[in-house]
Amino acid sequence: MQIIISNTSKEPIYEQIYVQIKKQVLTNELQAGAALPSMRELAKDLGISVITTKRAYEELEKTGFIYSVVGKGSFVSEQNKEMILERKMKVIEEQLMAAIQNSKEIGIELPELKELLTMLYMEDV
Amino acid sequence: MENVIELRNVNKAFNGFELKDVSFSVKKGFVTGFIGGNGVGKSTTIKLIMNLLQPDHGEVSIFGLDYKKHEKEIKQRIGFVFDQNVFYENLTLLEMRNIIKPVYRKWDDALFHSYVERFKLPLKKKLSTFSKGMVMKASLTMALSHHAELSIMDEPTSGLDPIFRRELLDILHDLMQNGERTIFFSTHITADLDRIADYITFIHNGRHIFTKEFYTIEEDYAIVKGEVGLLDRDTEKEFVGIRKFNHGFEALTAYKQRTQNIFGDTVILEKPTLEDIMLYTQKGINRYVESHT
Repeated sequence: MQIIISNTSKEPIYEQIYVQIKKQVLTNELQAGAALPSMRELAKDLGISVITTKRAYEELEKTGFIYSVVGKGSFVSEQNKEMILERKMKVIEEQLMAAIQNSKEIGIELPELKELLTMLYMEDV
Repeated sequence: MENVIELRNVNKAFNGFELKDVSFSVKKGFVTGFIGGNGVGKSTTIKLIMNLLQPDHGEVSIFGLDYKKHEKEIKQRIGFVFDQNVFYENLTLLEMRNIIKPVYRKWDDALFHSYVERFKLPLKKKLSTFSKGMVMKASLTMALSHHAELSIMDEPTSGLDPIFRRELLDILHDLMQNGERTIFFSTHITADLDRIADYITFIHNGRHIFTKEFYTIEEDYAIVKGEVGLLDRDTEKEFVGIRKFNHGFEALTAYKQRTQNIFGDTVILEKPTLEDIMLYTQKGINRYVESHT
């Protein structure tokens, strides 16, 4: 698991950890059931306080990306991950529906919309 | 969460100085950084925690125990690092160990020697020949060699070069791995706290200002910068302390969100350092104490 934190970033450190682990779970780099380093280990590695990693793990747990077993540690959740992907998929559908609606209102045809989507998709990497 | 140190309404008065109703606790398994300027009561507080002083009123309990009945048992479980040389200068480190060793039931010679090696300390040279950094390392060695559950350190990083300060923080991280240890340490070098402290306890003028999780400090506090024209008697009340310049003002708020709501985009909000908080609290202490508990 790779985590890179910036001390000069405006984003709080626990947030940076949260975002990076979340991303790795969503992209399957961290697979379901994989064990995360203990909060204390991670704090030591990153040279930050334990309470910061604790906060990041608590947020990850609250949003269902990981779960903790007392005495064993924290692991990447499984069924929640599928739920998250499904939820994300639903959001994407809704947003695309809105874009389609808007396109129809001003008479943009499907090929043109596809082209626009392709262009934006390629740009934002 | 279990409290390892608890102060309840502790008062202690000296000539011209007074700790007033100080209450706070130190959580088990975490590092608490203890900050405050010179002469605000930090050392007095540490002495009260170590039972080197007794409160005029109020209670101090360590591991849930009272010093009056359990002093020996409490002291066995504490490792203490002073900011001053507390060793006999004419002795060597080895001789000093021979004095300290019998005091502690859980003294661990192997551990002692591993620290001596790690810190590259000479065993057979008189302590009077030690540099300030070496004395601190010797002091740390003694405090870490008897499996103390609670380490209390008074300015452990002062007098240490940046490289060893970093190493010390690594050592402290190692100590914290099993979650059973607790560290309470005072420091002026607030940058060290960024790397290790879970909680910050701040005292000023003999009063406890706050004990907070480190990350909540940047959620609550912010440095505010803007034009002097924005300040009037009402808006000034919003701040802990204010510095006015010809080209604008800089201030500290303890209510970041509220300040943001009041001033909106007319001001710039920045993340404060612990030093900022100490500085502005010093400037605006009277108003601050009234509005905070």
